[in-house]
Amino acid sequence: MKYYFKTEQMSVGYQGKPLIQNIEIGLNKGEILTLIGPNGAGKSTILKSIAKQLKLIAGAVYLDKKELAQMSGTELSQRMAVVFTEKLKTELMTCEDVVATGRYPYTGHFGILSKEDYSIIEEAMELVHVTEIRNQDFTKISDGQRQRVMLARAICQEPEIIVLDEPTSFLDVKYKLEFLSVLQELRIKKGLTVIMSIHELELAERVSDRILCVNGKYVERFGKSEEIFKNGYIKSLFGIETGSFDEENGSMELEPAKGNADLFVIAGGGSGRSTYRKFQRERKVFITGILYENDLDFPVARALAAEVITARAFEPVDKVVLEQAKRAIDSCSQVICCRKQFGSLENANKELFEYAYKSGKVADCK
Amino acid sequence: MQKSRKYRYIVAFIFLGIGALILLALNICIGSVSITLPDILGTMTGRGHNETIARILWDIRLPRTFAVIILGGALALAGYLLQTFFHNPIAGPFVLGISSGAKMLVALVMVFLMGRSIRVTSANMIVAAFVGAMLSMGFVLLLSRRVKGMSMLVVSGVMIGYICSAITELVVTFADDADIVNLHNWSQGSFSGMTWDNVKVMAMVVIVTFTAVFLLSKPLFAYQLGEVYAQNMGVNIRLLRISLVILSSILSACIVAFAGPISFVGIATPHLVKKLLGTAKPILMIPACFLGGSVFCLFCDLLARTILAPTELSISTVTAIFGAPVVLWVMAEHKKERAV
Repeated sequence: MKYYFKTEQMSVGYQGKPLIQNIEIGLNKGEILTLIGPNGAGKSTILKSIAKQLKLIAGAVYLDKKELAQMSGTELSQRMAVVFTEKLKTELMTCEDVVATGRYPYTGHFGILSKEDYSIIEEAMELVHVTEIRNQDFTKISDGQRQRVMLARAICQEPEIIVLDEPTSFLDVKYKLEFLSVLQELRIKKGLTVIMSIHELELAERVSDRILCVNGKYVERFGKSEEIFKNGYIKSLFGIETGSFDEENGSMELEPAKGNADLFVIAGGGSGRSTYRKFQRERKVFITGILYENDLDFPVARALAAEVITARAFEPVDKVVLEQAKRAIDSCSQVICCRKQFGSLENANKELFEYAYKSGKVADCK
Repeated sequence: MQKSRKYRYIVAFIFLGIGALILLALNICIGSVSITLPDILGTMTGRGHNETIARILWDIRLPRTFAVIILGGALALAGYLLQTFFHNPIAGPFVLGISSGAKMLVALVMVFLMGRSIRVTSANMIVAAFVGAMLSMGFVLLLSRRVKGMSMLVVSGVMIGYICSAITELVVTFADDADIVNLHNWSQGSFSGMTWDNVKVMAMVVIVTFTAVFLLSKPLFAYQLGEVYAQNMGVNIRLLRISLVILSSILSACIVAFAGPISFVGIATPHLVKKLLGTAKPILMIPACFLGGSVFCLFCDLLARTILAPTELSISTVTAIFGAPVVLWVMAEHKKERAV
C-alpha cells in the first residue's frame, strides 16, 4: 500500500443511511488534508467516521497499513487525537487539568500522572501559548483560548494523526495563523498527519497539501490545493450566487449593484480597489479602465465593475482599447481618477485622463 | 497548585473521617437509654458488664449504626454514578424512580412470600429489589432517549416513581393485617430493626460493588468529559454504560431491600462532597462520596431517632429537610452558569 493514511470505498452516514459514498482518500505521512464544502455537506460526518466515532456504512479506513476497525480503543487513542466542535464537559477543572487528560491513554489503571507526563503537558502548553491560563477554570475562558487548550490536549496525546473539526472558527486572526503554524511545525518535527475541516478558504488553500471538496452525495474533488483553487470552481462548489470568490488571490467580493453605469474610474496599480468597494457599498454602477490583466486592481474590478476595459499585460495599449475607453467616458457623466500621476509607460491612461479632463467630467478621487 | 490541591484533598478526607467517627460515637451513645463511652469500654472488655446495655449495644445500636454507614455510603455512590451516567446534576436513585421500582418489587415479593408463610431472606429482598431497580432504570433509559434536558428526565423519573408507589400502596392495602405494619414502616424508609445478618449481607454486596466502581474510576473520568472524547481516549463506552447501570442498580437495590426508599441523600451528597474536595475526579470522588453519604445518613438518622423520641421519624423526612435545599442550590447554580 502506497499511502500512510487511506480510505477505501468509504461510505459515511447515520443509522445505516449513507450520506456521502465512495470516499477515496490517500495521504502520505506528514501531509495536511483539509475538507472544504458548504454547510451541512457532511464534513463533520466524514471526520467523525474517520475517528471511529461513527460506524462506517461501507468501506474501510487504514492507518499505517492497519485497518482502523481492527485497532483497539487504546491503540487508536495513542495514535489519533481529535478536536471536535462538541464541547468538552468539565467540572472544577483547570486548563492544565484539561490538557493533562490528553495523557490518559498512557497512564496506568488509576490514571496517575508521572513526572514525564507532566513535562509533556508543560511542553504542549508552551507550544500553543496557554501556560499563562493554566490555573484558570476551563469553563471560564474565551472560545479562542478554549480552542488552544484543546489543541494542547491533543498534542499531549502524542498522536501520529490528528483530526480537527473547524479548529480555527473561534480564533482571531493572530491565533488562526499561529494555530496553523503549530500544525505545520508538528508535521515537520514529528511527522504529524493532519485531517481537518476549515471554513476559511484562503487559509485552507495556503496550509493544505491536499483538499477534499465535499458536496452532495459524493466527494466532488480530491487533489492538491492548486488543482482545486482555480477557474471559478469554488463559486460552483459553494453555489455562490451573490458576490464572488477569487481563487487566485483568495479574496471575496460582495455582490455589485446592477444597472447602467454612470461613472468611470481611472485606476491601476492597486489604487482603485478601495474606490471600487466604496461604490459597491453605495450601490453605484461604474466602468473602469484601462487595466492591465495582471494589475492589482484587476480581480476586484472584474468582480465589481459593470465593465472593465482591459489591455494585455506587458504590451503597449492597443489603439482600439483606448478608443473603447473614450467611448465609455462619453457615456458617463462623471470620471474619477485614482491616480496622482502616470508613469512613463502609461501614456494610454494619461491620454484618457486628459480626454476626460477636457470634457470637464473629472471629479476628485476621494 | 498541585501541592495545595493535594493538601485540600487530605484535609477533606480527614474532615469526613473525623465527622464519621464522631457521629458514629454519638449514634451509639444517644438514644432512649443513653450509653456512655465508659459503658462501651466496660462491655467490650468485660469489666463492669451490664447485660441491658450490652444487649442494646450489640443487638440494636451497633448493627443499626453500621447499616447506616454502609447504606448511606451506597446511596451517595449510587447518586454519583447516576449523575455521571446521565450528565445530569440532579439525578439520583430516588428522583429517577429507581428506588420506587425496587420498592414495588420488594413489596410484591414480600406479600407473596408472607402470604405463603415462607421466610423472607435478605438475599430474596436484594434480588427482588435489583429486578425492580432494573425495571425502572429500563424505563428511564428509554425515556432519556426521547426527552431532552435534565429537568425533563427528572420529571419522567418522578412520574415512574409515582406509578410504582401507587402499585406498592395497592399491594400493601390488600396485604394481611399483620404484614401491613411491617411493610408500611419499611416503605417509608427506615434504618430500624437491622440485624447483624442484614449488616453482613449488605456489607458484602456494597464492598464488592464499591470495589468495582473504584476500579472504573479511570474510564469514568474520561466519560465525564463527554462521550465523543471518551471514545477517542480509548474507552469502551457501551461496556462502561452497561456497568454503570448495573452497579448503580445493585447499590440502589441493596438500600431499598434493607431500609426502603430514602430520598435526597443520593442527589445532595455528591454535590456537597464535590464542593468540599474542589474536584470532580472519580478516583477521589468515589471514596469521598461514600464517606460523605455515611456522615450525612448518620447525622440524619440520629435526628430521626432523637427529635421526637420515643416516636421515630421516617428517615426521608430528615434527609429531605437537609437534602432538598442542596438540590435547589445546585439547580440555581447550574442555571447561572448556563446564563453566562
